[in-house]
Amino acid sequence: MNVLLDYLPEFRDGFLGTLAITASSGLLALVLGVLIAGFRVSPIPPLRAFGTGWVTVLRNTPLTLLFLVAFFVVPQILFQGASPFVLATLALGFYTSSFVCEAVRSGINTVPLGQAEAARSIGMTFTQTLRLIVLPQATRTVLAPLSSILIALTKNSAIAGAFSFAELFSVSKLLNDKGYTVAWIFLWTALGYLVITFSISGLFRLLERRMGVAR
Amino acid sequence: MSEVSVTENAGGPAPAADRLVVLDHVNKHFGALHVLQDIDLTINRGEVVVVIGPSGSGKSTLCRTINRLETIDSGSITIDGKPLPQEGRELARLRADVGMVFQSFNLFAHKTVLENVMLGQTKVRRTDKAKAAEKARALLDRVGVGTQADKYPAQLSGGQQQRVAIARALAMDPKVMLFDEPTSALDPEMINEVLDVMQQLARDGMTMVVVTHEMGFARSAANRVVFMADGRIVEEAEPNQFFNNPRSERAKDFLSKILHH
Ligand SMILES: Nc1ncnc2c1ncn2[C@@H]1O[C@H](COP(=O)(O)OP(=O)(O)OP(=O)(O)O)[C@@H](O)[C@H]1O
Ligand SMILES: [Mg+2]
Repeated sequence: MNVLLDYLPEFRDGFLGTLAITASSGLLALVLGVLIAGFRVSPIPPLRAFGTGWVTVLRNTPLTLLFLVAFFVVPQILFQGASPFVLATLALGFYTSSFVCEAVRSGINTVPLGQAEAARSIGMTFTQTLRLIVLPQATRTVLAPLSSILIALTKNSAIAGAFSFAELFSVSKLLNDKGYTVAWIFLWTALGYLVITFSISGLFRLLERRMGVAR
Repeated sequence: MSEVSVTENAGGPAPAADRLVVLDHVNKHFGALHVLQDIDLTINRGEVVVVIGPSGSGKSTLCRTINRLETIDSGSITIDGKPLPQEGRELARLRADVGMVFQSFNLFAHKTVLENVMLGQTKVRRTDKAKAAEKARALLDRVGVGTQADKYPAQLSGGQQQRVAIARALAMDPKVMLFDEPTSALDPEMINEVLDVMQQLARDGMTMVVVTHEMGFARSAANRVVFMADGRIVEEAEPNQFFNNPRSERAKDFLSKILHH
């Protein structure tokens, strides 16, 4: 019990760390995922090929390997002196974007083809058709898988703890090393994750309900 | 968009100015299937052309190649003197000038009726919202669904939806309107309300290409009937001539099937 009270600041920082890394990489994954999904359905073959490559590579690479690349290869070439937060965001965001992309793409496929044809026939460009007609109608079907993807992301963020970024999991490791009762540490850590994952699924359920009413 | 530029007459003998849509030796395959075989078709400004023919003869495909929803393998299509460009901004601009009405309406399901008719104006023509709304309401009144403006498409009957779809196309001030079996998905009692709107359009001088089996409409509104079979244009004639006195065996056979049953 008192491991929480004794180390409240550490737990709080760990919780906020997990929250921050989840939010930033979640945002990156959403933006990239939607963009790459657009590439994958675009009429331009090189963009389609790029999208396919992106998904294939990132979805099939172990996340730990992506972290290794982000922390030991990327700084040597691109971002010298980037913080662990930025590097972890890149690894998690890129990895998760491949799953977001596939969820969005399957959502796009549920929208009847006639919707896009009607949009094109009044002179909308591909981007306008996607943004104004197809994506808004795909959103509802995408919400449920998206919620699972973001929950998986929350849990995956624990790997960042092993790469010198302070978050919940690294705090629990630290205290474990100091000899506190494992059961209590795990309980508090798990509770921290639960708060975040429950908030995510609650938020998405709310969104789904709101979209259901809208029409 | 200037109308001044002199169209290059590609060696054709007819006066170029009145030739709005010109298909020249158009061929298209779906895999091994040769759906459009050497199609030559010219539609003049203000003309109403009805395309009829048996199922699978390529009528929809023909219609869809005219605004490049389907690409062609060879031949050329020009609209108002301009050849259809590759997919991209320029094609989008040209499509705005070619209205299309689908068998299945395809109204934007997440937008209200009014928004359906405004969207092309505001996003493609960059008209400001107030003007677009005013025009949309006028068009909805014209096709007789003005009172439905704030509903969603799913709340309307098929006939009402199709009339909204016509208003949506008209909002772009198209040079030509393409109709692909606009009444085929409708219950019988709703067919006339849509045909009436199309009749009125024809009387107002709109250039129209209409794929339909509605012989009444063809007789009263069309300047010309184009009969297709197996990917070819088999016969072209004035409606009366075609219905009373078809020249080809295919047309006689087809007409006997649809007129007497
Ligand atoms: N996207 C496609 N891929 C492959 N084959 C197609 C495709 N679209 C149409 N076809 C085939 O091309 C032929 C012509 O089709 P099309 O829809 O143009 O005929 P239609 O004259 O409009 O017939 P209907 O009266 O049934 O609407 C048909 O045999 C059809 O099966
Ligand atoms: Mg058809």
